[in-house]
Amino acid sequence: MREDGVRPTKDRGLTRRQFLTYALGGTGAFMAASILAPLVTFSLDPLRRTSGSRFVEIGHVNDFNEDFPKLVNFKVNRTDGWNQGEATMTAWVIRKGGDILAMSPRCTHLGCQVAGSVDAAGNPVPSADGEWWFHCPCHGGRFTKYGINDPTRPPQRPLDVYEVKVENGKVLLGSIHQRTV
Amino acid sequence: MFAKMYDWIDERLNITPIWRDIADYEVPAHVNPANKMSAFVYCFGGLTFLIIVTQILSGMFLALYYVPDIVNAYKSVDYITNEVLLGNIVRGMHFWGASLVIIMMFLHMLRVFFTGSYKAPRELNWVVGVLIFLVVMAFGFTGYLLPWDQKAYWATAVGTNIAGSVPIIGPYIRTLLVGGDTLGALTLTRFFAIHVFFLPAFLLVLLAAHFYMIRKQGISGPL
Ligand code: HEM
Ligand code: FES
Repeated sequence: MREDGVRPTKDRGLTRRQFLTYALGGTGAFMAASILAPLVTFSLDPLRRTSGSRFVEIGHVNDFNEDFPKLVNFKVNRTDGWNQGEATMTAWVIRKGGDILAMSPRCTHLGCQVAGSVDAAGNPVPSADGEWWFHCPCHGGRFTKYGINDPTRPPQRPLDVYEVKVENGKVLLGSIHQRTV
Repeated sequence: MFAKMYDWIDERLNITPIWRDIADYEVPAHVNPANKMSAFVYCFGGLTFLIIVTQILSGMFLALYYVPDIVNAYKSVDYITNEVLLGNIVRGMHFWGASLVIIMMFLHMLRVFFTGSYKAPRELNWVVGVLIFLVVMAFGFTGYLLPWDQKAYWATAVGTNIAGSVPIIGPYIRTLLVGGDTLGALTLTRFFAIHVFFLPAFLLVLLAAHFYMIRKQGISGPL
């Protein structure tokens, strides 16, 4: 305690000036937060929307074979904001062992459409490039007929696959997933 | 860490005097409600500004979902109101705020009028204030059309016809507002552009002039 009764700054827990600064800052922060909180939450709405997976029938097991993938186009219902509509999806479908493998044509490098080896009429044919059956037009990515990537090319994982369900011989496709193998 | 970052910038740009100039500005005793409660009337200008800032913010966020097109405008507003997380709150902020701005602005104007603060040397700031007033009314008029519902449509039909009743140039004004002779797609895009691009630009310039003059001339003295 000094003679004039004023304690040196160190001893005082909280100075008047500091207290006022905190009070003013706190009030201001509270006001700003109460305006911004609903606004920011509002902008985050897309995070709670899922694309939802509904299965769509694309044909019979016997429509597909073990030799080459077959191209299938099918429609799914899609909600896009306030618009309801159909979107066309594409899958390359092949049988492997007893299973159905349905691959997405999106290249796993940067998302171009990969092309299968087909003749002028669109029928699957053996590849002119040995085991590499899918080719990406963008940066030379290539994949086997089971969608396995050539690791010396840009794509670093196999083609993504659709969820597959087989019911009474009918093939149904769900949403697209990365392979876990 | 922030203190160090601040010091680093301050050493180079000497920014302390810029905010000190505002932070150390003394509120004159006669406008400080802490001294005399009735001085709260001097807060109306600042409150108007606070709500303007909220309007700008909520408007920016509404634009994340709104589409200014005759097919989609109503649907997108409906989507905001009923689907988007807190959509009705954010739309409500902008909706109620629109009226509150006008109420606050009016109270502010009454304060300036009854304290005689519009007199010399502050006439020019009163003139700028009147321009601000007109811009704010234009915000209300153009914003009202954007939901593209029945109320919006007919209010704008009436409003543009009133504009059309001005002698001689009225019909031209109406055509330019409507973007043709029937209210439709072009009216909506025009009103949208005016509401979100043109008017905010005018308003910010006018407010800068308004605040600059207040600072330069100081607040008017006690009655
Ligand atoms: C968006 C609308 C407006 C905002 C944000 C605004 C803001 C402000 C602020 C913060 C002040 C400082 C004093 C106080 O808060 O009372 C002020 C002063 C003033 N305003 Fe406004 N104002 C607006 C509209 C108007 C209008 C419509 C008029 C008149 C037609 C006007 C005329 C004046 C005048 C003359 C002063 C100086 C008063 C004095 O020195 O005592 N303002 N304004
Ligand atoms: S996108 Fe397919 S190789 Fe780059």
